[in-house]
Amino acid sequence: MLDKHGIAKRIAKEVKDGYYVNLGIGIPTLVANFVREDIEVEFQSENGVLGMGPFPYEGEEDADIINAGKQTITTLPGASFFDSAMSFSMIRGQHVDLTILGAMEVAENGDIANWKIPGKMVKGMGGAMDLVASAENIIVAMMHTNREGESKLLKSCTLPLTGVGCVKKIVTNLAVIEVTPKGFKLLERAPGVSVDEIKNATEGHLVIEGEIPEMKI
Amino acid sequence: MINKKVANVTEALQGVKDDMTFMFGGFGLSGIPENAIAQLVKLNVKGLTCISNNAGVDDFGLGLLLQQKQIKKMISSYVGENDEFERQMLSGELEVELIPQGTLAERARAAQAGFPAFYTPAGYGTEVAEGKETREFNGKMYVLEHAFKADFGFIKAWKGDAAGNLVFKGTARNFNPNMCGAANITVAEVEELVPVGELDPNQIHIPGIFVQRIFQGLHYEKRIEQRTVRQRS
Repeated sequence: MLDKHGIAKRIAKEVKDGYYVNLGIGIPTLVANFVREDIEVEFQSENGVLGMGPFPYEGEEDADIINAGKQTITTLPGASFFDSAMSFSMIRGQHVDLTILGAMEVAENGDIANWKIPGKMVKGMGGAMDLVASAENIIVAMMHTNREGESKLLKSCTLPLTGVGCVKKIVTNLAVIEVTPKGFKLLERAPGVSVDEIKNATEGHLVIEGEIPEMKI
Repeated sequence: MINKKVANVTEALQGVKDDMTFMFGGFGLSGIPENAIAQLVKLNVKGLTCISNNAGVDDFGLGLLLQQKQIKKMISSYVGENDEFERQMLSGELEVELIPQGTLAERARAAQAGFPAFYTPAGYGTEVAEGKETREFNGKMYVLEHAFKADFGFIKAWKGDAAGNLVFKGTARNFNPNMCGAANITVAEVEELVPVGELDPNQIHIPGIFVQRIFQGLHYEKRIEQRTVRQRS
């Protein structure tokens, strides 16, 4: 079984040379730490920066340079700043190659819910609805089950949707899964996790074809 | 040169009344019009509709207006950093319209650019699209969203001049340029009001035509919401 760093590490393998990548808050943010150093990738943050770098050294924080999680950041050579409308032109206009975000629920048809629990948690969708409605390549990073042990990979979402039929791939603490017209297709198992364990933790239809390899991370 | 300079925040906010609709630049606490917000707290105008990506934190930014219950309705994309906001919303005291961030930016830009409405894929098939016109283009579904209408737009820039030209810094730019000229009156406050002619025309982000009033802001706190650092190795 993977921890959140392991999930980030596995997702980092999906990041290819020349990609512009938008990372959501939470596990997706960690992906930046594991991207291969011999490839060129630029991270976009929807509040208006392309070419995001690591956190600043203490004493060098700048209130005017933050990411979408409102954290102080730095920029790398070649970086640029822009306004919010232009930022979402990059996203809506499909100029961003890969979007990695978290989710509360994903359905077997690719629907995603990650912005609201009615009557309980009301924080808002931020840029998530724009991202999922537009991106060609969306990977969800999340735990396979919630705190109550219930599956987050469902036949259909129970929470208010963020987007419909948009998720392509899911990386959890247990597995790598592709969303296909037939359902959740199991591609890889996390180290030490059996196909049965994944089956038991998946409420939606799980497609298992042949031997399922263990992840290499 | 058409002069947009006003003496201070008091003059800049003349005409502000109860029940008006305002737009505020800023993402989180970055690039928020601190002086205008402080003046609105002082004027204690009520029944406001506020368009802003976020709602500040409990004791800063738009949180200050929430504390005094000056806001009737909030139009935002993300409000997760403010407990008082959540309390007022869940108790029904505060009306809230949550909309996608890109839609928020574009509704401001549409108002600035003279478009009454536009189609976006964001929110299609979700509760955000309920009651809205939808339409298919090239096999994909889109939702019709309308330009904002507001009485005042409050903008924060890094540098500006009396002609109303503005330059922003870093990610404090965010929604600010999109909201310039999107309301009936655009009020810009700047950290540095420089003499006309000092700003390079090639480097101006927002031309003065989009700004009605500009003033030298004072005492910027520029609070950091999430101070994240790395260790020196």
